[in-house]
Amino acid sequence: MSDQNRSAESPPPPQEFGDATPARGFGALVLRRFLRNRMAMVSLFLVLLLWLGTVVAIGLGPLPGLWKHDYSTLYPQHAGGRATLSLLPVWLGGEGIGLGEHPFGQSRIGQDYFAMTMRGIQNSVFVMVVIGGAGTVVGTVIGAIAGYYRGWVDAVLMRMTDVFIVIPTLVIGAVVGRTAGGLGIWFLAVLLALISWMPVARLVRAEFLSLREREFVEAARVGGAGNARIIAVHILPNAVGVVIVSGTLLAASAILLETALSYLGYGVQPPEVSLGRLISDNQSAFATRPWLYWWPAVFIVGLALLVNFVGDGLRNAFDPRQHRFRLRRTPGTRGGGRASSRAAAPPATEPENRSER
Amino acid sequence: MVSFLVRRLIVSVLILLAASFIMFVLAANSGDPLQDLRTTNAPNREQLIAQRSEVLRLDLPVPLRWANWLGGATGCLVPGAQLCDLGRTISGSAVLTVLPTAMSSTVVLVTGATVFAVILGVLVGVITALRQNTPFDLGVTLFSFFLYSLPSFLIAVLLKEFIAIRFNDFLVAGGRLSPGMVLGVGAVFGGAVALFSRGTRRRRWALFAIAAAASAATLGGLSLSGWFVDPGLGPVGLGLGVLGTAAVTVLLMDAWRGRLRWVTGGAALAGLLGCLLVQGALERGSWPIIFGVVFGFLGAGILGGFLAGGQERATAARIGGVVLTAAGLLAVVDRFIREWPAYVANPRVSGRPIATVGSETPGLTGDLWTVGMDRFTHLLLPTMALMLISFAAYTRYSRAGMLEVLDQDYIRTARAKGLPERTVIARHALRNTLIPVATIVATDIGSLLGGAVIAEHVFAIPGMGQLFNTSHRLVDLNPIMGYFLVIAIMAITFNILADLAYAALDPRVRVRG
Repeated sequence: MSDQNRSAESPPPPQEFGDATPARGFGALVLRRFLRNRMAMVSLFLVLLLWLGTVVAIGLGPLPGLWKHDYSTLYPQHAGGRATLSLLPVWLGGEGIGLGEHPFGQSRIGQDYFAMTMRGIQNSVFVMVVIGGAGTVVGTVIGAIAGYYRGWVDAVLMRMTDVFIVIPTLVIGAVVGRTAGGLGIWFLAVLLALISWMPVARLVRAEFLSLREREFVEAARVGGAGNARIIAVHILPNAVGVVIVSGTLLAASAILLETALSYLGYGVQPPEVSLGRLISDNQSAFATRPWLYWWPAVFIVGLALLVNFVGDGLRNAFDPRQHRFRLRRTPGTRGGGRASSRAAAPPATEPENRSER
Repeated sequence: MVSFLVRRLIVSVLILLAASFIMFVLAANSGDPLQDLRTTNAPNREQLIAQRSEVLRLDLPVPLRWANWLGGATGCLVPGAQLCDLGRTISGSAVLTVLPTAMSSTVVLVTGATVFAVILGVLVGVITALRQNTPFDLGVTLFSFFLYSLPSFLIAVLLKEFIAIRFNDFLVAGGRLSPGMVLGVGAVFGGAVALFSRGTRRRRWALFAIAAAASAATLGGLSLSGWFVDPGLGPVGLGLGVLGTAAVTVLLMDAWRGRLRWVTGGAALAGLLGCLLVQGALERGSWPIIFGVVFGFLGAGILGGFLAGGQERATAARIGGVVLTAAGLLAVVDRFIREWPAYVANPRVSGRPIATVGSETPGLTGDLWTVGMDRFTHLLLPTMALMLISFAAYTRYSRAGMLEVLDQDYIRTARAKGLPERTVIARHALRNTLIPVATIVATDIGSLLGGAVIAEHVFAIPGMGQLFNTSHRLVDLNPIMGYFLVIAIMAITFNILADLAYAALDPRVRVRG
């Protein structure tokens, strides 16, 4: 997201020349499109709110939380471990609005399920950020080098990418996760990032292959810029759309990867909490204690859905091809936009980024 | 072309080598294969440890063990010679005997999921693209986002709890729908149709009323006649199926003209009659009869279309082939469905047909239809769980592709020539949309295989994913590598096929030889 803001840090000054449209840079246009996408903005806001909520509730690292229970202590059974959260006011026949002792109920051995779920969300968000961040960085570097230098460098790097793509992410993730699971969540997240950068690398490489033939690269080289400078200063800012969008989609699939691995028992290990682990521990209790299943399920789906919406909003902001199709419906307007040179390429980037679920 | 293939194959073999090395090293370092023996109380603990260390060659460093494994695996490349050796599992059985049994479930699972996901996904994606920005489009888009964000283990558990158990309860309770349920389904269906249509508000309300009434009446009729307990297509269902196939074929091939109309009508009629005629032959279940029926129908259709087609015999032959094959398949499906009451009443099944565990009912014996029905009820839910995820991706992909294609110049040209919209969509737009989708399906096979690990875990199906999962828990390298070999070869094959398909379908792409 910081890249997003950076690309818009110097909006061109508004020019009030009669009724002329003020000039806008690419970054400002993208930001404007993103800000106007209500769905994406609401989703972004909700993700941040959810994460802040977990921090306020149970704290983060040295920060203490406001909630009275923590996620690992065993508490005496209260109301049969049932969820005490009540949202129906008394005058509607409910028990009044209140949290109660254990709003999401208790796990079968008595831990506070609310604190566990909050901790699970924090861990999922953490893994998502690390995989999204580190995976994007690794993928961008590899893709940029391969696309810029072409030749044997490209061949070697892309064959390396193929080597990792041959093994389904979930399978290699299970192998890596079994090694890393006991060593802490940091280790797990970084190792998972090292096996999920491939889609980013492929997309960035494709972008670099086309950008390196453009005139501004030639101009920079004539101006005396070295290879590293051309890659970092001249081409990369132009490829920022691909990087951000594929990074967001990688992040969305990272949530599902982490929860799936934890579900199988290869990801986050107890006493740490993962939403996927909560589900696998409690699915046999579905008939008797359904809340143990529903709370983590709702938050996994919600989190992944919100991040996907943000990613979709970013993609539309960077590549607003959707707008052209509306013109088709209104005859008399200026054409429908010309067929792009990308006609032969697959139309959307998203399935490249699918996680193995 | 040939040199392209050869080069691709050589590179693929190198990739396979490198990937197998990485997989081997990572898996070998992921845990301790002697874990269970170290904590055992058996008196001959030391001896057991020494024995297993020797069998698994734990004395050698990991790269050497990999080379060892590779030597055995390379033997499989020599046909005829009995050199193929993928090692043994910790419990002592040869991987070569474990793997094929595990593969059968997984192959059925993944193939079924792919086929249904492609058909439904492309259908829904194309329809939403044609009805862009209607409430129906918005609803489907939101729904596919939802599916896209739903982990497969959640889908699997939900299917198990809601579909399997509820449906079984429903059958046990007598298989009658409540009036509220009938009306509710009718209203939902009518609402979908109304939102899907374009037009004035009045037209939408009329459509809603018609669709809701029709679906509620059908459902109510089926429920009252006890169809859910004793289902079957019957002549009416068969007729509707054949006619529907004929209609879709005509639409897709854009063949509702001249002589082809008569060919299509004739094929539909012949198909229906054929269905009713072969019912007796299908009573006894055997593969030769089934294949005979399906291929006989196919041959008859092609021949009939060819003979009756006149100047357009190629198209006519294709129409005849498709319609009659569909009729043959319907006849087989109908026979399967009629097996249902007997299957449900089987003492091993005891009235709860939709299974949530395993890939077959233990101890169930019977003819092909019974066993086939048993496989179906066991693999139905895991296939659905796998399908729903890919379905979401294919829907979004084909929608985006269709919108992209509709914006191309050649579509405008086709419209400008005065071609009817049906022709423009079926001939010019749809076919070009399918090109990128075909390649995505091929590359998606890896994620489906990964998803199969989870689906097989949830439903306790003894397939390849489960084999990987259990072996991985024990750090049992040989079956893990056997599993890896199968999925990696599948992934590589499908990727090469995708490239070739792209080059074959899209004349703008040239294979560099």
